[in-house]
Amino acid sequence: MLLVFVEHEDGVLVEAAREALTFGRTLAVKMGEDLHAALIGSDDDDLVEAAGEYGAETVHTATRAALTDYSPSAYGSIVAQMVESLGPAAVLACGTSRGNEVMAQVAARLDVPFVANALDITPDDDWQITRVQWGGSLLEDVSLEAEVPLVTCGLHAVVSEPGHSQDPDIPDIEEFDIELEDADLVTMVRDRVVQEAGVTLPTAPVVCGGGRGVGSADGFSQLEELAGLLGGRVGCSRAVTNLGWRPHSDQVGQTGTRIAPEIYIASGISGAIQHWVGAMASKHILAINTDAEANMVTKADWAVIGDLHEVIPAIVEEIKARRA
Amino acid sequence: MRILVCVKRVPAPGAKINVSADCQDVDAAHLGFTTSPHEECALEGAVQLVEEHSGEVTVLTLGVGEAEEQLRYAASVGAGHAVLVEADSNAWDPQRTATALTAAIQDLESSDGPFDLMLFGNESADSGGFQVGVRVAHALGRPIVNGIKGIEVSGDGASESLITARREIDGGFEVYELPRPCALGVMEGLNLPRYPTMKGRLASKKLEITTVEAAAGAGGQERVKLYRPPETVSNTVVLGTGADAAPAVVDVLEELGVL
Amino acid sequence: MSEFPNTAKVVVIGAGIVGNCLVGHLARLGWTDIVLVEKGPLPNPGGSTGHASNFIFPVDHNKEMALLGEQSANQFRGFDLSVDSGGIEVARSEERMEELRRRMTSAKAWGIEAHMLTPAGVQELVPFINPEVIMGGFYCPTVSVVDSLETGTVMRKEAIETAGCQVFANTEVLDLTTDDAVGPNGRRKITGVITDKGTIETEHVVIACGVWSNRIANMADTYIPLVPTVHQMADVGPMDILAETNNEIGYPIIRDMDTFCYERQSSGSMEVGSYGHRPILHHPDEIPSNEEAALSPTEMPFTPDDFDDQMETAIELIEMLGEAEIKYAINGLLSITPDGMPCLGELPDVENLWSAAAIWVKEGPGMAQVVAEWMTYGYPRVIDAHGADIARFYDEEKSDAHIWARAEESFIKTYGIVHPAEQWGDRRHLVESPYRSRQEVLDAEFFQARVWERPQWYNSNADLVERYGLAERGVEWDNRWWSPITTGEHLNMRENCGVVDLSAFQIYELEGPGAVEFADYLAVNKVDVAVGRSIYTPWLNHDGGFHSDLTMMRMAEDKVRVVTGVFDGGRDDFWVRKHMPNDGSVTFTNITKSVTTLGLWGPNAPAVLGQLTDQDLSQAGSGYGSIIDVEVAGVPCQLFRISYVGDTGWEIYTAWENGPALWDALFEAGREHGLRATGGGVYGSSGRLEKGYRLMGAELESEYNPVEAGLARPKVKAADFIGKEAYLAAREAGAEVQCVTLTVEDQTDSAGQQRHMMGGNEPILTLEGERIVDSHGRVSRVTSAGYGPSVGKHLLMGYLPNELAFAGTDLQVMYMNELFPVKVVGPGSAFDADDSRLKS
Repeated sequence: MLLVFVEHEDGVLVEAAREALTFGRTLAVKMGEDLHAALIGSDDDDLVEAAGEYGAETVHTATRAALTDYSPSAYGSIVAQMVESLGPAAVLACGTSRGNEVMAQVAARLDVPFVANALDITPDDDWQITRVQWGGSLLEDVSLEAEVPLVTCGLHAVVSEPGHSQDPDIPDIEEFDIELEDADLVTMVRDRVVQEAGVTLPTAPVVCGGGRGVGSADGFSQLEELAGLLGGRVGCSRAVTNLGWRPHSDQVGQTGTRIAPEIYIASGISGAIQHWVGAMASKHILAINTDAEANMVTKADWAVIGDLHEVIPAIVEEIKARRA
Repeated sequence: MRILVCVKRVPAPGAKINVSADCQDVDAAHLGFTTSPHEECALEGAVQLVEEHSGEVTVLTLGVGEAEEQLRYAASVGAGHAVLVEADSNAWDPQRTATALTAAIQDLESSDGPFDLMLFGNESADSGGFQVGVRVAHALGRPIVNGIKGIEVSGDGASESLITARREIDGGFEVYELPRPCALGVMEGLNLPRYPTMKGRLASKKLEITTVEAAAGAGGQERVKLYRPPETVSNTVVLGTGADAAPAVVDVLEELGVL
Repeated sequence: MSEFPNTAKVVVIGAGIVGNCLVGHLARLGWTDIVLVEKGPLPNPGGSTGHASNFIFPVDHNKEMALLGEQSANQFRGFDLSVDSGGIEVARSEERMEELRRRMTSAKAWGIEAHMLTPAGVQELVPFINPEVIMGGFYCPTVSVVDSLETGTVMRKEAIETAGCQVFANTEVLDLTTDDAVGPNGRRKITGVITDKGTIETEHVVIACGVWSNRIANMADTYIPLVPTVHQMADVGPMDILAETNNEIGYPIIRDMDTFCYERQSSGSMEVGSYGHRPILHHPDEIPSNEEAALSPTEMPFTPDDFDDQMETAIELIEMLGEAEIKYAINGLLSITPDGMPCLGELPDVENLWSAAAIWVKEGPGMAQVVAEWMTYGYPRVIDAHGADIARFYDEEKSDAHIWARAEESFIKTYGIVHPAEQWGDRRHLVESPYRSRQEVLDAEFFQARVWERPQWYNSNADLVERYGLAERGVEWDNRWWSPITTGEHLNMRENCGVVDLSAFQIYELEGPGAVEFADYLAVNKVDVAVGRSIYTPWLNHDGGFHSDLTMMRMAEDKVRVVTGVFDGGRDDFWVRKHMPNDGSVTFTNITKSVTTLGLWGPNAPAVLGQLTDQDLSQAGSGYGSIIDVEVAGVPCQLFRISYVGDTGWEIYTAWENGPALWDALFEAGREHGLRATGGGVYGSSGRLEKGYRLMGAELESEYNPVEAGLARPKVKAADFIGKEAYLAAREAGAEVQCVTLTVEDQTDSAGQQRHMMGGNEPILTLEGERIVDSHGRVSRVTSAGYGPSVGKHLLMGYLPNELAFAGTDLQVMYMNELFPVKVVGPGSAFDADDSRLKS
């Protein structure tokens, strides 16, 4: 049995969890194993169904009254207990902040190896895994010697797709009997603060990014206006946050936010790898740059060659004109 | 407060990273080295906490002898003690690294007392294993939360005060409250790290660095090779030059349905 | 973007400050069909221009560097991309104070406003410096800070707009193509540039690739001898006092010369740059690509250990730097050449391949203009640029070993105090003279002339100091690289005779049916003389200025020998090959290393030589200017009756391997006649100065013509020669200035010490202390200087306007910021004006 830890938020499986199930489904077939899911903190039917829709034959749920929110220690402890009592052949999770954290917790508890952000797995005796390094700038092939391999799959390693390896029915639900210590609850979320209403950088359908070429903090007002018109958000490069022109929360990149909008409009951004890693999941890219040979331009679907401070106001005017 | 910050020496590459001929490491022939960005913020966070609540910052790294450069850098921005856990290579697997760090920290704590707070980078810029901090904290019996972009010590900073940590999520943040001693895996964005002053740099040269030998057996993950992914070639369509391109741009936006 | 072209008139490689200014200047000079390729992105392709500190201190002791620096500063000003921030060089030692006084002298020569400041005076301009650690400062208000990137962009755009220049960024040159060398001139011709975007067939290629230049030159199997060298720079800040100026630079730049550091405001921060660290050199292949580099290719990772000492001393001078944050620090690369001068001009091996390299931002636009003019007119017009001519290098100077060793040795001289006669420590005796072992026995003090070694004096002659009652000079600086022995050798030569090693003479032979005709085409004076006769003649450029000044000998009906000085050997070799007919009618052979020369001069010279040969040595048998074949002590030689020192005698030519035997025979025969080994201090300085003989590179430059230099003959030959038209015009117009000798009437300075000018461009001033400048802007300055032992005075040479150029005119010369009275001797000699000794 291949166990996939599935992450959920606000009652739905996160996209990365669907990717993890899709990834796991292929892997389970290669291994000749069943695909099970580990669902912690909820046994909501919709979540179970969703896991089933992506191929989980059995969903192991774990809930406790005291476990009212996410706690890395508790989640790690629960998955570790599942490993010990269910005896999966391997455990997968998605390579999100939580997915990697929970797997690290499991690995620490069981003192076994854990491989983060895999893109491809060949499940031989020793697993041969291709994983992400340098945020995706490099790939690393590793050989994993482990009784129970623990692996997260890298974001967007596969495109999520519903599907079943066997029976298209609703999966079996197995309620897992857990033991939690007080210490496991120490790390539980105490509070949540909603900082901004509306669209956020990771989920925005349009991101208007600006780099050093914007020239100043004030220069971003034109990008704000365009993003506003398109229901999008402003992003920026690391150079810009280092210059103090924008807050770090706007940073798109390896050490900032990874975005996946319908279109990323990158203005005055040269396209250093640090930034590209955060932007490469965008479905389409439009680059605006004075340099026709800038990395960002050569990697984009569309480009406008010119000064962003002339091009963007013209686009804004054009949009307003068409809407009028 | 006694705060420990664990940092990693990593190459500072440009837009293209070359791999050594044996495919085992980054070719750093013309690269400088730096502290992994998350850890640079961890260090800054630690220095700010002791500036506010008094105490001292110890910086520790596991790596080859040259990693002294990063320890001195840490000292130049405010770390008071530095420990090099000397290893024979930069490519220790995360399990092995964690075991060696745990042993080194246990030694430090047994001679100088426990650390109130240990800070790790959420993940290293190069190998990105996402686990060393969690493993070390677990082995030392410290609670740890990753993904932290805000740290506050409540009250007057006395030993019973809690550490409040914020973790950014989509559209806001989660708040954690941890008793001391504890550990955090922090991320860039926690702060904007200061640069060393010239005096700080000069003073850091005088800092005595404690060197201990790293000892731990290899874990189960072994590098086979490192390489660059195949380059994606995009046939960029140039929509035009300057402001004249605006109608073509808006056509594209219309097509994509984002207008 | 326009289609990548497959042909062009000229391809300029590199779009830094130099390449951009070059296409701009080419466009101004009427060039079209220009293509500019650059491997990096624009506007900052990642070369040294992108990280330059962009300031110009216009005062330099070297004329080319000073005038082109000033020229460049004015071009930057012309684009309004320059701010006169002012700059102060501060001294922490008495030796440096003296150097600052020397700089005051150079400032006066070039007409640049400058003031000496007390420590308090420095503090008044720069309130945050600590006056306690300095002794004074040299303030130049026209020190400027420029925007080199924007200037480059403006010049590039000008070329695009006015000449249709096509620009291709992110285009890497992979190879250069040439044709095969055909014909006796041995030169290949550039044919094309292969890039990753396509191949361009072209007539001209210019390498303006900064630190990568040698790599590109190597693609055409030739060399631009420079090495990428680290200059460390840290940007520290912010500091309130700087931020409050609300502009890029509000305070003068400080050059803390004795710590090899500068502090230059950049908005709220200070850029601290250093030339004080160990030399850190890189091979061009070690420079990362734009993609690989963390910052830019030429901003290499900072090595802080190398900077710490500079930091400490910087804090001594400016305490607030200690608390400022190091925001950005780099090991910036710049180009260093073996002799500290740029590499300009056409590459001798490859026709129409041009070098515009080893140029810093401070002289970028001016040097670009030099190269553009060179390409257009065959010679630069804005200034004489022989010191920067790429053709000056000998093969021994092109190896990595040499370039690296010289760069290592010279790096610290960037802010160092460099004596005009300072000798290199490493890379000596690159060419072994046949007499070296004999000269070592005589404890010769060798001075290096490019790759050749010449004894400047012989310590074995120390007894002459006592014989003639001589003394060391009282001021250490004036005495450095000098010895009273050289005066002793001079006086002995005038009294007895001396032998001078002239092995460094550069000797070529032109042979073939067209040899004499071609030789005449090169020379102002008539070469087509009787076999066995010689001429002394200028070679001019097309504008009529001096290219060279040398002797030519009619060795046979169809053979002409050319003998020139070591400093011009490379340039003259190239000049011949560049202009010679390549149809086989003339062959060119450089016989420098197969023929050696000894000079024998003095009243006893005929007596010495007479013991060794049966030849009639009177003016009848060996007349002035004749060259005859004789055996000297059984050694086959050629006797050339000539003198550059004012006493009768010969240049004796013989085969390299016969040199030692000739030397031994002369010394044996000379024992009874007071013969002494005599050094270059007599030959190149005191002997020639007493006679007022002009020296190429000193009095003779392309900015002057033979009429002004006093070298015009009464008649002009019928045959055509290079520069003839301009020469005729100059004769017609008459001289506005004349080359003269002056005597220093009192060498005593304000401290009561005797001072000795060195010929380092010391300004010649009116009695009112005003500079003397002619209508072409040429300033009267000391071109050569040295003591004239037989005249008993310190002698100077220089150009003066006609109205001042007559005997007895009283003027002043500035030296070390003090004025000394001088008197004009006139265009002739200060010693033996009627040449009676010479022709005896």
